[in-house]
Amino acid sequence: MLALLISFASTSVFAGSHSPCGVTNGSINILANEFTTYRIFMDEVKSCAGPDADFNVTHSVDHNKLQVAALSANPAEFSAKLVTNGSITPLMNDGLIRPLDDLVEKYGSNLNENQKITIDGKIYAVAFMANAQHLWYRESILNDLGIAVPSTYEEVIAAAEKIKAAGVMDNPYAGAFKSGWNLGQEFVNMYLGHGGEFFKSGSAQPNVNNEKGVAALNVIKKLTELSNPDFLTQDTNAVKEEWESGNVALMHVWNSGAASLLDDEGDQDIKADTRLAPSPTVGGGSKPATTLWWDGIAIATNTSDENAEASFRALVGAASSTDLANNNPNATVWLIKGYTPGDTAGPVVDAASRGTTPYPSFPHMSLMHGALSTELVEFLQGNESAEKALADVEAAYIAKATEQGFL
Amino acid sequence: MPHKTFFWFILPTGLAMILFIGLPIVSSFFQSLHIETEQILMEVENCDPFGCKTNVRVDVEATEKLRQENPLGRFNGFGTYTDRNHLAFDEIGEAWNTSSSMSEFKDIVLNLPFYKALLFTLTFCFAVTPPVIILGFIVALSVNTLSKIIKGFIVFGTILPMIVTPLIGSLVLFWMIDSQGIIGASIQILFDDPNLSLKASSNLTWITLIIYGIWHNTPFAFVVFYAALQTVPQDPIEAAYIDGASRYQRVRYIVIPHLYPVATFIMLICLMDNFRVFEPIIGFSAEGVAQSLSWMIYQDLRNENKMLFGSAGATSMLTIIGIAFLLTPVLIRTWKEFRTER
Repeated sequence: MLALLISFASTSVFAGSHSPCGVTNGSINILANEFTTYRIFMDEVKSCAGPDADFNVTHSVDHNKLQVAALSANPAEFSAKLVTNGSITPLMNDGLIRPLDDLVEKYGSNLNENQKITIDGKIYAVAFMANAQHLWYRESILNDLGIAVPSTYEEVIAAAEKIKAAGVMDNPYAGAFKSGWNLGQEFVNMYLGHGGEFFKSGSAQPNVNNEKGVAALNVIKKLTELSNPDFLTQDTNAVKEEWESGNVALMHVWNSGAASLLDDEGDQDIKADTRLAPSPTVGGGSKPATTLWWDGIAIATNTSDENAEASFRALVGAASSTDLANNNPNATVWLIKGYTPGDTAGPVVDAASRGTTPYPSFPHMSLMHGALSTELVEFLQGNESAEKALADVEAAYIAKATEQGFL
Repeated sequence: MPHKTFFWFILPTGLAMILFIGLPIVSSFFQSLHIETEQILMEVENCDPFGCKTNVRVDVEATEKLRQENPLGRFNGFGTYTDRNHLAFDEIGEAWNTSSSMSEFKDIVLNLPFYKALLFTLTFCFAVTPPVIILGFIVALSVNTLSKIIKGFIVFGTILPMIVTPLIGSLVLFWMIDSQGIIGASIQILFDDPNLSLKASSNLTWITLIIYGIWHNTPFAFVVFYAALQTVPQDPIEAAYIDGASRYQRVRYIVIPHLYPVATFIMLICLMDNFRVFEPIIGFSAEGVAQSLSWMIYQDLRNENKMLFGSAGATSMLTIIGIAFLLTPVLIRTWKEFRTER
């Protein structure tokens, strides 16, 4: 699996010898999520596009909410979108991104084979990085109290309780529990870690109200009790701030967070004490309770061929730039050819090698994630039982999936 | 005014209202009767950096063909209105049959999204409006007695909460009530509880939102009352003064009766404004514990990857009906006053 992630694909076809960079025709307008690694990637895209290119990029944490409306318009608001295995499905559902086979053949000679995201035999996206949430810890705090690095969530909870009991920190654990997408994602991680399946096999019928779902919720509840009482308002960026303020000793956030957590800004003592660890397993399971993600580039259907080609050239130039990867080895786990993984790649490679489930890419998964986002809050506040919360999730999902025509 | 003159007078406004208010409502209503066409799924082989596997995807061509045939989607009648995410008739019926006590029934109903949002919306409406009217009146009276030199500055300072964009205002307060913000930290010291957080419990969040609502809306009541105060006739006040009436008595028996119709107007506008409470929920990141009807519409249109037009349309219609219910008593009262005055 390690070989798969960072392989030097030997099968690349040298059919296309066109250099992608230096775009002169067409305009490039990209919609992307907002975090440091994407900023680094976009700098490379811009320099690949060249000084003569008409280049625009919009970074927004709300990219998921904007993308369908923005790309449904004709002509589309954006010519390209950075997608993940989560956000690609709503675009695929409506046919809003175009097959890239001809463009890949023309400009993609430097791509690894595993960068090509194929659906039903056609390339719809080109991945450039892999990401996963995993454990982060403060080495000195664990060492002082004689705590071994936790490898299961049961150990994480015990460690956090010990830190709290020792009076070192009031709220030693942090995770992105903000009600909304983040909270839904925490449940996705924990439920898959317990070996759960979101849908009854072969259908769009929900399947979360079961023992595994209850167990997953109870672990999340325990973790939130060891977190800042404002946990329902904290997204990944807020959690990173807590970490940089020295309020937290254990957290479960994205590997790409290394780009901002381990940079030269902020408290250097905390940075020097920050360690990355594989994502823990939970409830005796063998797979880590996290999901694997790829991030890639996709081109809008409703944009002119000229703009599509211009956008693809600039993006694929960055997505096959060995320099980009090796100049920023710790920004993320690049999938780019010739990349030598940095110190921080370990947890993602570990997750992949232990058979972690990629984030589910069912067409109706986003509706399930949406239902999880809103219906779990009352349980975490202690106002209702886990069974009731999960029954609510299923009922909310069914109402929405019916309206969307999945059921 | 003769009817004919009135007709020509109102015609441009009437046409604009039909075009910009009436037609969109009709269109939302039509949309709310429909749901998306069926999504046709097919099995395909997907390959990504983590390997290849069989998955399902939407058959875009077949689904698109269905969509072309029925651009509005499938006709669903009032199905969306009665589903779980709206009026939830089935769920309420079941709760009525299975719950053993009234409080259990109440808990089940208030756990349904629409009723949960309705409860917060109404609580917000009725908790914010009266203090706004009383506070606005007191502030107007106080400002009215100030000397001319400082009046301008004070008036400007007083209406500032209304000038600030609601989202920005609530974000500023959100950071101030953070456990490390000036208000949050002060409250922790005051109550000697380092874990006290205004954002953590639903009750405290509701109270915070209501206080924000009062802060934001009071200037409006103040401005209207202040303008109305300038129209209070001076003669009866002077007469009362000579008769030995105290300041309280002059306000109670002369000013307040004079401002009564203005207070009704402020109540009307405040109730309407507060019924569509939305920005503070976003600004305070309070979606988890406080949802309003407007927030539900936003959620349907924005927070899902795919816009749920039918659901949003249904909630909009229910909101309009809600506002109509809320305003009926006030409107009837105004109408009666209008009749007696004639």
